Amino acid sequence: MTVDHPSRPTGSSEVAARHDALPDSFDNPGLPAHRHRMADTDPVAASRAERQVVGLFALSAAGTIFAMVAYFVWTPEGDFASIKSSTLGVGLGMALSLFALGVGAVHWAKTLMPDAEVVEERHALRGTEDERAAALEILRIGGEESGIGRRPLIRNSLLGALALFPLPGIVLLRDLGPLPGDVLTHTLWEEGVRLTRDPTGTRIKASEVTLGSVYHVIPEGLGDAEHPLEEKAKAAVLLVRMDRSNMVVNDPAREGWDVDGIYAYSKICTHVGCPVALYEQQTHHLLCPCHQSTFDVTQYCKVIFGPAKRPLPQLPITVDDEGYLVAQSDFTEPVGPSYWERGDR
Amino acid sequence: MSQTTTTKAAAGTADWLDERLGLSRSVKGIARKVFPDHWSFMLGEVALYSFIILLISGTFLTLWYVPSMTLTTYEGAYAPLNGVEMSDAMASTLHISFDIRGGLLMRQIHHWSALLFIAAMAVHMFRVFFTGAFRKPRELNWILGVVLSLMGLGAGFTGYSLPDDLLSGNGLRIIDGVVKSIPVIGTYTSFFLFGGEFPGESIIPRLFIIHVLLIPGLILALIGAHVGLVALHKHTQYPGPGRTNGNVVGFPLMPVYMAKAGGFFFIVFGVVALVAATVQINPIWNYGPYDPSPVSAGTQPDWYIGWIDGGLRLMPGFTEFSLLGFTMSLNVLVPALIIPGVVTGVLIAYPFLEAWVTGDKREHHLLDRPRNAPTRTGLGVMAIVAYGIMWAAAGNDLMATAFGLSINDLTWLFRTGLFIAPPLALIITRRICLGLQRKDRELALHGHESGTIVRTAEGEFYEVHRPLTDTERWILVQHESPEPLELGSQVDSNGVDKPGARKERLRAKVSRFFFEQRVEPVTPTELAASHHDGSHEIIEPTPEHAAIEGSDRPTGHGHQPVGGS
Repeated sequence: MTVDHPSRPTGSSEVAARHDALPDSFDNPGLPAHRHRMADTDPVAASRAERQVVGLFALSAAGTIFAMVAYFVWTPEGDFASIKSSTLGVGLGMALSLFALGVGAVHWAKTLMPDAEVVEERHALRGTEDERAAALEILRIGGEESGIGRRPLIRNSLLGALALFPLPGIVLLRDLGPLPGDVLTHTLWEEGVRLTRDPTGTRIKASEVTLGSVYHVIPEGLGDAEHPLEEKAKAAVLLVRMDRSNMVVNDPAREGWDVDGIYAYSKICTHVGCPVALYEQQTHHLLCPCHQSTFDVTQYCKVIFGPAKRPLPQLPITVDDEGYLVAQSDFTEPVGPSYWERGDR
Repeated sequence: MSQTTTTKAAAGTADWLDERLGLSRSVKGIARKVFPDHWSFMLGEVALYSFIILLISGTFLTLWYVPSMTLTTYEGAYAPLNGVEMSDAMASTLHISFDIRGGLLMRQIHHWSALLFIAAMAVHMFRVFFTGAFRKPRELNWILGVVLSLMGLGAGFTGYSLPDDLLSGNGLRIIDGVVKSIPVIGTYTSFFLFGGEFPGESIIPRLFIIHVLLIPGLILALIGAHVGLVALHKHTQYPGPGRTNGNVVGFPLMPVYMAKAGGFFFIVFGVVALVAATVQINPIWNYGPYDPSPVSAGTQPDWYIGWIDGGLRLMPGFTEFSLLGFTMSLNVLVPALIIPGVVTGVLIAYPFLEAWVTGDKREHHLLDRPRNAPTRTGLGVMAIVAYGIMWAAAGNDLMATAFGLSINDLTWLFRTGLFIAPPLALIITRRICLGLQRKDRELALHGHESGTIVRTAEGEFYEVHRPLTDTERWILVQHESPEPLELGSQVDSNGVDKPGARKERLRAKVSRFFFEQRVEPVTPTELAASHHDGSHEIIEPTPEHAAIEGSDRPTGHGHQPVGGS
């Protein structure tokens, strides 16, 4: 035992004086005497343990066979019930096969293999002084033979070349994707693009939008876009109608962006981009189900709780000659999560 | 007769192999290697075995899975989604679930063992931390373990996204938002990662190759190094009679550990198969294919991502700001990247930090009982509590609906709790540890309460205590209790700070924090004194004891030990 105990004050110097014959710390009492198991001494117990192990292995084999039979007996036919029986049958068979095999092996080890503990000495990991000296000498000779110390030019040019050689590996990754450009600032919305229902794509008449209703909206012609999913990921809009008098604040700059209380807001959360899909009709709050950012429609979707910072961008809308809702323009700011180059736009 | 034939054949094979591989030397070196026995040493094994299960079940899944985002119209056994447009990835995952016999079972085995893999690594890490197994010479292996758990998270995240269903797609959307929050390079990184705008058509095949080749390859290599170092260092052991810092006491690899560990692999596999057969996980057919517009309420990530998701929920929005035309989204950056980065850094640094504080340069092969390292144990519990709060915060919406609470109140509760509960946990845990150490002292000094009340001739009552045997006592008294660092003179003869004085003062400060509150283990002197000073053990007086007791017995209250009278 290499552990040494720090000297410590004893409760009373008088007592200490009387016991200076005693060591500072206790001695390790050594391994306790080995206690035999039933199976070590009693042949009946040993053969019982043997039977148990064999029984478990037999059970495992039975499980294996059951799993294979189940595979052919319960064939999935597309409905849940048959999938469930197939999964359950094969799975339970496999579970039994594996579990019984494992328990059998462990039981064998615990009851019949020697259980007397063995002591193995540890050795210091550090090499001996001689070994360390020899290793240093080898390294020294190696260094000398290579001449790396004597020829600094070789060494330095080697280091330079080594530092440079991975660069093509990084440059070659350039074509992983295009540069962002300004695509994040544009969506499919532009003047005159009709608002349509998601996912059917049917147009929405302003007159159909009743007070308190909410629509999930995509721009008309989304399906014909070159990259519909990417466009949808930016252009998804939530349409709500409420009484204009509910508005707590009024921004003159947004005068005429709604159609008689029909407001269109980007559905993409300004936090990390989940769809803000929950609308509380009573409070006019929009809630993002991912991280609970809460936007107040009566304050132009200002964040009133949660991790988002910026309000949901509003889409200016109007009605066309036929009474359908159309966009007045694109969003006036980038939608979705913040990014470095976004700035104050 | 067949016995001899078999023996001959075996001998022949062994001879053939030895002459080509020098196998006898390896067998001699490894086969009787001793491993100590303790249930907590199986936690790492569970992680290893669940990884093997992941390799087996994952290979099965790749036989049918199509890592492509090309849109296709689903025509398959699952009628409700027939005719729905979805990616090949999603369609092939449905195909595995509904058309391939045992396919759903394998998917569930794969997903459950992934959850188990990371959970087992985490609990294994707790064990290593709380017992101080990370100390010299095992610091490097601790770091390998930290990297392995990060790899586990990476494997889990990349695999989670592969079915390309609505749930995992929204997960990817969050990843996109997180990547975009990185200053300067975030937007570019996002475009390179997704091959353009989110979601693009590249991310699934890219995640696939990372998930099935890159990460498992790295994990395998790291596991090799991790287990190799265990063999090199020899396993640590808990303190106990006969167990010293210089030996390892346990059972030999061959045959006991081969049977036990091999059997345990099948037990773990069996349990995973049982769970997978009976408990549904990730029913992607309920979620449907990914579409950037819909989202399901009450979405939960896999458990190991929960703490990051919880952090995202807790971080208030005002921490985002714009400066000079650039946006800094600390509300995303801090919980999603900075905190995990700092946690990783602290985990890697901890063994070195503790060694710096203690100044201990010895090898440690005997584990600490957590109570005997109160500050370390407290710090560990503090970290777990902080992690737990962030993790629980990821379920704030579910808790709010289940218990009818306000989600805003819950969020504020978690926000406040994150700052208050961890330090409290440290203090309380340390007190509990010190209390347990005092209990150990009490037990070592006075033995077990026997429940027998004895009345002395003088009319005094006392309870008879049964003293511990040497073996019983050893576990209570074997440890060290480091003292706080004594600060020597900090100035030189001119009254100027010595070089490194500030560092030394800091070290002394941290050392006081670690070791100021301490309970000493019982010494033989104290034990002898307690026997002497009127405790109530039944003591067979050794000559030494008799002498002590004979020399000066305190008058008045000295109870003659029953056995000794």
